[in-house]
Amino acid sequence: MLAWTIYLSFAGALAEALLPKGRAGVARGLALIIAIVGLGIAIAGFAAGAGQGRMIIVDLPWVPSMGIRFILAADGISRVLVLLTGLAAVAGVLFSWNIELRTNEFFAFFLALIGGVYGVFLSFDLFLLFAFYEIAIVPKYFLIAIWGSTRREYAAMKLALYSFVGSAMVLIGLLAAYATSGSHSTGLIDLAHAGLSVPFQLWAFPLTFVGFAILAGMWPFHTWAPTGHVAAPTAASMLLAGVVMKLGAYGCLRVAMSLFPHGMDPWGFSFIGIGSWREVFAVLAVIGIIYGALVALVQTDFKFVIGYSSVSHMGFVLLGLMTLNQIGVAGAVLQMFSHGVLAGLLFAVVGRIVYERTHTRQLAELELMHLSRRMPFAAWGFVIAGMASMGLPGFSGFVAELEVLVGSWKADPWWTTAAGVGIVIGVAYTWRALQKAFFSDAPHTHHSHGDEHGHAFAAITWPEVAGFGLLAASSLAIGLYPRILLDTIEPAVKTLLAGGGR
Amino acid sequence: MNYADLFHITLPETALEVAALLALLADLVFLRKAALGVRTASATALAVLGCGASLWAVQVQGNGSLTANGNVDSLLLITGGYTAVAQIAVLVLTAVTLLLLIDADFTRHVGEFVAVVLMSATGGLLIAGAQDLLVIFTGLELLSLGLYILTAFAKRSGRSAEAALKYYLFGGMSAAFLLFGFSLLYGITGSTNLHQIALMSIGMSAAGAAPLLYVALVMVAAGLGFKVAAVPFQLWAPDTYEGAPAPAAAFIASVSKVASFALLISVSTAIVNVFGNAHHVGFVVAGPAPLPRYLGSQAPWSLILAIMAASSMLVGNLAALAQISVRRLLAYSAIAHAGYMLLALAYFSHSSRSASALLYYIVTYGVTTIGAFGVIGVVERATGSDRMDAFLGLRKQNPMLAAVLLVLFLSLAGIPPLVGFWAKFNLFAAVLSVSAGVVPFTLVALAVAMSAVSLYYYLQVLKRAYVMPATDDSPIRVHPVTMLVLLLIGAAVVVMGCFPGLLQDWIASYYPAT
Repeated sequence: MLAWTIYLSFAGALAEALLPKGRAGVARGLALIIAIVGLGIAIAGFAAGAGQGRMIIVDLPWVPSMGIRFILAADGISRVLVLLTGLAAVAGVLFSWNIELRTNEFFAFFLALIGGVYGVFLSFDLFLLFAFYEIAIVPKYFLIAIWGSTRREYAAMKLALYSFVGSAMVLIGLLAAYATSGSHSTGLIDLAHAGLSVPFQLWAFPLTFVGFAILAGMWPFHTWAPTGHVAAPTAASMLLAGVVMKLGAYGCLRVAMSLFPHGMDPWGFSFIGIGSWREVFAVLAVIGIIYGALVALVQTDFKFVIGYSSVSHMGFVLLGLMTLNQIGVAGAVLQMFSHGVLAGLLFAVVGRIVYERTHTRQLAELELMHLSRRMPFAAWGFVIAGMASMGLPGFSGFVAELEVLVGSWKADPWWTTAAGVGIVIGVAYTWRALQKAFFSDAPHTHHSHGDEHGHAFAAITWPEVAGFGLLAASSLAIGLYPRILLDTIEPAVKTLLAGGGR
Repeated sequence: MNYADLFHITLPETALEVAALLALLADLVFLRKAALGVRTASATALAVLGCGASLWAVQVQGNGSLTANGNVDSLLLITGGYTAVAQIAVLVLTAVTLLLLIDADFTRHVGEFVAVVLMSATGGLLIAGAQDLLVIFTGLELLSLGLYILTAFAKRSGRSAEAALKYYLFGGMSAAFLLFGFSLLYGITGSTNLHQIALMSIGMSAAGAAPLLYVALVMVAAGLGFKVAAVPFQLWAPDTYEGAPAPAAAFIASVSKVASFALLISVSTAIVNVFGNAHHVGFVVAGPAPLPRYLGSQAPWSLILAIMAASSMLVGNLAALAQISVRRLLAYSAIAHAGYMLLALAYFSHSSRSASALLYYIVTYGVTTIGAFGVIGVVERATGSDRMDAFLGLRKQNPMLAAVLLVLFLSLAGIPPLVGFWAKFNLFAAVLSVSAGVVPFTLVALAVAMSAVSLYYYLQVLKRAYVMPATDDSPIRVHPVTMLVLLLIGAAVVVMGCFPGLLQDWIASYYPAT
């Protein structure tokens, strides 16, 4: 059943592309219907899969001579991320309700991207997964380059090239695995059983892991993320931060870690205290957490604050993956979901609700506008989103980061200590942005004074309220009762850690 | 050899020649006073019929061979197998190229143009099956001479003449190199048959004549490398692609490439499968069962091709980054693609794995390139330029044309689910299946990395078509036949990409089951 999320999204993209121009209302309605039906299917699939292991959805021969099969399947991790994609898709459509330029094309690219993302999360054949992964690159480029803002062409090309270089690295690793294993199948499960030699895994693992981690925003390959997020139109930033970065993290977990588990074995020697790829990537993840937070602390552009916070939060995901224990990896998956929802929320407030009305994202200018009074919905919306993002108990971010920290304490207490510093800085940059943008008591300048009484900002529209409510409610629900997701995630993580893709 | 056999084996070539003469006759005798459109249509129709007849001949003749004296040592021509696949590709691509000629206005001599295209294609058919140096050379010259004429066909354009002259001079020189290499090979081995040469060269390298063998093979590689525009014999390609009339450029970029790679497959097959024919001459292999991988001419041939492959990938992709003319961009991208394919020839398998992967690549690449030149031809006619900026706002001027361009260029960049991705994957997997050593693996990694670079320049064109604001919103009109052909090419690229098995199974059906 979950397979229909993919088919429906691509069919929707095609329909939008063929839609006559100038029918913006129809295009929006169609996109919303498709996104909602997709979310419905994702929820139904999630509910139907409760308590079950991996379920094969479709299994057809695709390229028989090369042993490539069209295998769609879902385990707990896939179901959770498909659910996230469904949520992000609906929220994304709602927050792009004001797109007037080439509306049907916008939603065509949007739905194609969503279809590719659903595809990655559901593929259990390496090359199917890779194909969907690359399909997602092109729509991203056009979404940013056509509908974006600040330095959009530069940002779009940078994003496309980073993604493509990452996927080239992945492709090299996969070709090598396919050729070396001598297996006549590219199914993830078959390859995990192919018994690849340890020396091979020791170089294939970092290659593939880095290839995917580029898209997950791993320091020092994160630089596409802030520029991309800032340049992208709101819905695309929501998707980029919300689900596309998760594609990278998911690839790290599903492909790199489960196909080449021995790649994380100790090298047998240690260099400045680092003795395995696992430690290398854990250290990079911790650097990402702190670096992202520190850089977010000094930004002058509101959206860049959120962009760098994404780098920081994705560091937790990668750190969680590298703990290699049950609680840490489950925390990482939960953090993927949590950050997907919260990043969507933050970008929605900053990029859509605030920017579309004030037409500036400079904190120094926003400071003079007294937005807490003039735009209370945005202000309190950002308070909620910011609190959730900094890890306030009761929201999903708290549970997820706690699990990652507990897991990393088991692996190496120093990682936890350093990541804890990152959380403290996270509180600082969120407060700083919150205070500067909304609750500043800067004196009225002549200009802002006149402006304040001259015209009120446009009223908050229903799609904004609905999108905000959807995302905030999901974060709150997971925060209050994390077992909804954890019961699904944990068995899947357990089997994955126990032995490849078994 | 008797003439009945010769006639039987060259039936496809004969059919094409007859069609060429008929097209010429009809145009010069019956349609002298008719409008240009009518003449073009009738010549194209006749030529397409000729391609169809030739296709039918290829289909019915099946596996066959022609020898000079009845002995397998003097094999001249073969049919069936990869030859049949390449010949069918040549014929289909020729027909598609001619269909794009419909509303071309670069010449009034359409009859001659069509006839030369068909004669050139005949050369292509011939070299796809040639197994003997003399036949190879004859076929190559037949193909090349036609291409020089086609390049120069836009007589009102100075660039066309310049391009043709450059192409001709380079071509003549490379033909000389090739002939010199052939004569050395004949001198070393005493045979003009590819398989015999491969076999004899084993004894030669054992006897210490290897340096001469290297010289001979480098000469041959120079001649054939020129045909496929491999570095360092690529200098003609950008100018020719830029100056030639669009249908001629499309023909050079696709049909000529397919035929030349089919020839390279013949050479590599002969060299790699050197013991496949060993029993014919009573050559006995001593020793344990696994044969040494590098025997006779295999090591030098593999080395030469690998060097050409690596340099083509690098030069092609990096030079393409700096282009502002879309035709030159396609020329450099063609050099890069030739590099990928040469890699598969350098690491060639005993089984049909490499050959079929190569055919898959060259066929799909040929289709895509013809489509790309079709789109460029239309845009050029509307705007008078092939600069990237001529593509500004194509999305508004003709959405369907822009969509076709999007599909074709993304396929060239190797984005799934388009066919270019599967072609590349199949090709690289074939290389690694032959040898997973460090060198081939590094070369494959280089190829994959370089194809990541290539996305940049393909996106530069697509960015103009889709992203940047238009300077001119006036719609571009496209002749319905041209549009139909372009849409079909676009659809084929998508369908073959979504179902890669279709084409693979079709190619495999020409190989005996193993």
